[in-house]
Amino acid sequence: MQSSDRLYRLTIEQAHKLLIKKEISSVELTKAVLERISQVEEKVHAFVTVTKESALSQAEEADKCLKSGDASPLTGIPALIKDNMCTRGIRTTCSSHMLEKFVPPYNATVVERLNQAGMVMIGKGNMDEFAMGSSNEHSAFFATHNPWDLERVPGGSSGGPAASVAANEAIYSLGSDTGGSIRQPASFCGIVGMKPTYGRVSRFGLIAFASSLDQIGPMTKDITDCALVLNAIAGHDPKDATSVNQPVPDYTKALIPDLKGIKLGVPKEYFVEGMEDGVRKTIEAAISRLEQLGASVDREVSLPSTKYALPVYYIIAPSEAMANLARYDGVKYGYSHEGANMWDSMEQTRGHGFGPEVKRRIILGTYALSAGYYDAYYFKAQKVRTLIRREFDEAFKQYDALITPTSPTVPFKIGEKTGDPLKMYLSDICTLPINIAGIPGLSIPAGFCDGLPTGMQILGKPFSEETLLRVAYAYEQSTEWHKQRPKL
Amino acid sequence: MKLNREDVLHISALCRMKLSDEEVERFRNQLSNVLENFEILQQVDTTDIPPTAYPIQLLNVTREDEIAQSYTQSDILANAPRQEDGQFRVRAVLE
Repeated sequence: MQSSDRLYRLTIEQAHKLLIKKEISSVELTKAVLERISQVEEKVHAFVTVTKESALSQAEEADKCLKSGDASPLTGIPALIKDNMCTRGIRTTCSSHMLEKFVPPYNATVVERLNQAGMVMIGKGNMDEFAMGSSNEHSAFFATHNPWDLERVPGGSSGGPAASVAANEAIYSLGSDTGGSIRQPASFCGIVGMKPTYGRVSRFGLIAFASSLDQIGPMTKDITDCALVLNAIAGHDPKDATSVNQPVPDYTKALIPDLKGIKLGVPKEYFVEGMEDGVRKTIEAAISRLEQLGASVDREVSLPSTKYALPVYYIIAPSEAMANLARYDGVKYGYSHEGANMWDSMEQTRGHGFGPEVKRRIILGTYALSAGYYDAYYFKAQKVRTLIRREFDEAFKQYDALITPTSPTVPFKIGEKTGDPLKMYLSDICTLPINIAGIPGLSIPAGFCDGLPTGMQILGKPFSEETLLRVAYAYEQSTEWHKQRPKL
Repeated sequence: MKLNREDVLHISALCRMKLSDEEVERFRNQLSNVLENFEILQQVDTTDIPPTAYPIQLLNVTREDEIAQSYTQSDILANAPRQEDGQFRVRAVLE
């Protein structure tokens, strides 16, 4: 029997077992998580909105389903949703003044799917404004703090979703990842985060940042939970023309605790200049562990185009962003500034509604797409994108998965990188190429450097999420990292 | 690539986004620095390499044209900053 005040520590799998055995109810679990939020949220600041009342009524509904035996593995489990996924009737801000009062008339497909699976939505998670950033310091409202060291950033842009799971303020969360926004904060907060293959999960209702790169994915306490959430959200959606119509396997079947016959490669370009020594040692130790578990490891893999990923990303993502964010004109929804005339109103709306990083990227994207520069920047970047993709294709003819660090550093101090955008952009150096190629990537806790979490990234070919989960699961089962939680 | 003040003002006009003098100067500096780091791309030989717009190639995505429930007028207007007679109110385009 669990003591009810510690229920917030449970994983999805553990909570589900207790729920179906009627040892706990969803209302008890939800109250325990809400109580935890009231205790630690003033330190962590992971939530833009806590949806206490709707959570409790969803929990009551979930208890009815559990009683009648009509329950999925996610029924009655409290989750946090990143605040760029539309929730009908519940404010969805993108952590921007532009959408501070926006109440969507519909649910994102992932929210619909989780609702059908019996989710208890506990709140909406803080993020870098419009998902542009690597530290959550670009939220227009407040910065989220890393639960392992409150003076440090939780990573970004899914910093709220990551910190809430690490701090036990949610059992799991959904993040979105355009260049590392699930994996880097998962690494910084010591949890699991997966960016699925582009097209595996519907983007309908995800507020668009860069449409050819964005993907939604699970952020969880362990790999089993990651598989359970992916089971619920993956699949074709007629409302998203880029979602792929491929059967969804039961991802929990991939959780096999050995790696016999698995071929792994380690691309040397990911052990970049400026990488912290502690991170390098941690990842090298994790790779040796994978070998002990039966995998063959080639440490001499080379993906020479990796060095072009940063410029390719910071041309393509802002270019797509400037087009996607053109809709914020103060007419249909969002912040609106009453100016002298139509153009003045629009220019002031955008000038006041967007924060500095969003403006910087809109300017950059507009520049890259403007007359005279399109060929040199945007078109060139799209061609180099092809080269990066092809290198991964070639590598995956030889290897089942590639292993890299998720981030070259441990979480940095709040304020350390805000003055220099390029320095901030470099913190995503290991995660950007994966979105460029559209392949799946997963970050898993691989140890600690000076008490701060470090993540290992596992990459695979398109639609090989099962392989990633198997490698990660085998590793996780041989370690204790995922069981550690910060003291708050 | 060094941007000058006029470049930044031209771009901000193209994307209809008002910037303060301080922002123009800050972005001019920061983006010049970022663009300098992009020059490495010009070294890459991309002769005969096709561009990638989307990583997973899908062709001719269509669906049946079925009648389904849409949103109500009041749902769609609920977030409008200004509305009148069930319509979005906009500023005069021609004055």
